[in-house]
Amino acid sequence: MSQLEQIDPRGPQFTAGITAVVLAAVLLTAPDPLAVGILAAQAVLFAWGAFAGVQHTPLAWVFRTLVRPRLEAPSELEDAAPPRFAQGVGLGFAVVGLIGFATGLDALGFVAVGLALVAALLNAVFRFCLGCEMYLILKRLTAPKTLTTS
Amino acid sequence: MSTGAWFVIGAVVLALAFGAYRARTDGHVRRTPPSAPSAERPASVLAGTPWEQDLGERATLLQFSSAFCAPCRTTRAVLSDVAATTDGVRHVEVDAEQHLDVVRRLGILRTPTTLVLDRHGVEIGRAAGAARRDQVVAALAAVPESA
Repeated sequence: MSQLEQIDPRGPQFTAGITAVVLAAVLLTAPDPLAVGILAAQAVLFAWGAFAGVQHTPLAWVFRTLVRPRLEAPSELEDAAPPRFAQGVGLGFAVVGLIGFATGLDALGFVAVGLALVAALLNAVFRFCLGCEMYLILKRLTAPKTLTTS
Repeated sequence: MSTGAWFVIGAVVLALAFGAYRARTDGHVRRTPPSAPSAERPASVLAGTPWEQDLGERATLLQFSSAFCAPCRTTRAVLSDVAATTDGVRHVEVDAEQHLDVVRRLGILRTPTTLVLDRHGVEIGRAAGAARRDQVVAALAAVPESA
């Protein structure tokens, strides 16, 4: 996959909006089995975006076919990699949430899904990309300390 | 109200608060407190780096960028334009990933981060998030001319 794939940033923003509604529905029906079902479906969507890339998910298709034709051209494009990483982060939260609700640790489930909802809202409302923000911090933490360049 | 409803409300409040905070502080140049008057002038931020000789006569706009960072592109455009239209000001852009030692030494946590340096390479202010032209111009106006 090209590392320089550029996408319309409103695509992930649209998806984040749908995700926020889905996660809110999970929180409102938890810890009912219905909530677990919805959360599992959202986890599948996260995994889809993380592994296939955000442009290749069902919601991306909806955005391209139904939403984008009604919008003007985007003022700028963004790289596809950070939103993809953010989907991976979402998947992590969703899995923790599923484990929480499935094992009766409801508090864990509420907190994990709640945090995922915060991230989705930040993306949908402010186009704030958690993955992009974490990128440098992760690099700082994971790169060897002996790496010097000057 | 159900527990879940409280979490939804909490999440909305948290997201709005953090988003509003970022909208306000992004690009805002925070002045770096000067060292004590009796202390020696601190070393240039760029000492020992490949850009040691790239300081502007009056000031330097030091930008830390990374890959996959759309606000970094915006910042590059703003800073290079200010540098091109202001005497004695230079724009230096550093790939944060390639220079993690400098990133760690300077406590850079996000990209883009812009450091405003005086003519000796001493940091007098920094801004995280996409640079704002008015903030940069105001910070440059405040760069001390003497010493």
